[in-house]
Amino acid sequence: MSEMKNIKNLKEFSTSADRFEGANLLCPGCAHSIIVREVLNATNDDLVLSASTGCLEVCTAVYPYTSWDASWIHIGFENGSTAVAGAETMYKALKKKGRLKQPERTPKFVSFAGDGASYDIGFQWISGCMERGHNIMHIVLDNEVYANTGGQRSSSTPIGSSATTSPEGKKSYGEKINKKDMMTIMAAHGIPYAAQVSPNKWKDMVKKIQHGFAVEGPVFINAVSPCTTEWKFDPKDTMHIADLATDSLVFPLYEIINGQELNITYRPKNVVPVEEYLAAQGRFKHLFKDEYKYLIKEWQDRVDEKWAYLQRREEARV
Amino acid sequence: MAKKGWDEFEIGAMLRTFDGKIDNIAATQQEDRAYSQNSSYTASVADWRLIKPVFNKDYCIDCQFCWIYCPDVSIISRDKKLVGVDMDHCKGCGICVEVCPTNPKSLLMFPEQADEESVIANWPKKDEEEA
Repeated sequence: MSEMKNIKNLKEFSTSADRFEGANLLCPGCAHSIIVREVLNATNDDLVLSASTGCLEVCTAVYPYTSWDASWIHIGFENGSTAVAGAETMYKALKKKGRLKQPERTPKFVSFAGDGASYDIGFQWISGCMERGHNIMHIVLDNEVYANTGGQRSSSTPIGSSATTSPEGKKSYGEKINKKDMMTIMAAHGIPYAAQVSPNKWKDMVKKIQHGFAVEGPVFINAVSPCTTEWKFDPKDTMHIADLATDSLVFPLYEIINGQELNITYRPKNVVPVEEYLAAQGRFKHLFKDEYKYLIKEWQDRVDEKWAYLQRREEARV
Repeated sequence: MAKKGWDEFEIGAMLRTFDGKIDNIAATQQEDRAYSQNSSYTASVADWRLIKPVFNKDYCIDCQFCWIYCPDVSIISRDKKLVGVDMDHCKGCGICVEVCPTNPKSLLMFPEQADEESVIANWPKKDEEEA
């Protein structure tokens, strides 16, 4: 095992040499690259990366350019996680046979995917990776919509959100199905570590990523990634929206160890009403019409219920 | 391009980020790396910008919030000090200005054509109400 990178404060963190390059084609203010930078800078080890089809993949690997300074592969929509798992299996096999050229180096295997490629299309592949126990980390950049193809709903899209395939209008308030609880599903595989992170809480993020790199076995990370194009807010407000998401408890930050022990890692001092989170985004604009106002209360109740559930689980250690 | 049969389709492309070998990339800063022409580091998205951030080092406290929250790796920070903005890769989103905690802010957005020296000379004064 190589040494863990020592990151006490942001000044120390800022001495990191980035392994992700600018001049990619992600929208201005996209949170994807903020998350990727925080993840890649959390370690000094070599990286073996993959990206499933999605914004991150199409924008960072536009021929003849690549924005990655590490081994990186893209194959299909669904099999980013299995590609990395295959590389990891090969690494293990070569290590066992003593055929590694530099056995002292300990590469980390990370697969990035959007919520479409994880919640829907790549679900079975990820589940397989988690079940087989590869030593990989799967990171979901959860922007709650298929942003790459024009904003179709995914199973991560929350109730009331207006997407191109679930638009709001006279008869509809947008998406009607609740968001899939991917964290619990993944934790139910009994994996050593699953965590929900947000780019605005960089310290919490780095701590979780480093813990994920340190444990043996598959790790699942769900990162909220505010999307300026599909969530419809100004590019400069990305971090503000992420702050609202974590402080209104719509995206509670917690971790599940060995599929059982749940720890809440961030408790906001002042909990913001969910209404503020909804009001800041264009995709929820119609909820503030008189006929749909009842949905805001339902949102708040749902978030409160989930928060109470997490706290009960944390206390009961199950 | 010659017509291809069903079993002869193109295999993928492989791009090399660097010319030559880099041994310890995690300890090599961008200016010391030999980027190949396939790295997007050598490209520019400066024409995406309508407004640009201007950095005034007089007020900067080197908190590095802008460095961590920059989506485009455009805030250059070396030895725990903020050096400046990489104008080839900045898309002008304005996140750095939003997260800047100083008063007055040490990064502000100006129109692309603004003259850097004159805007720094006319930098806004401390805003008492906001403090």
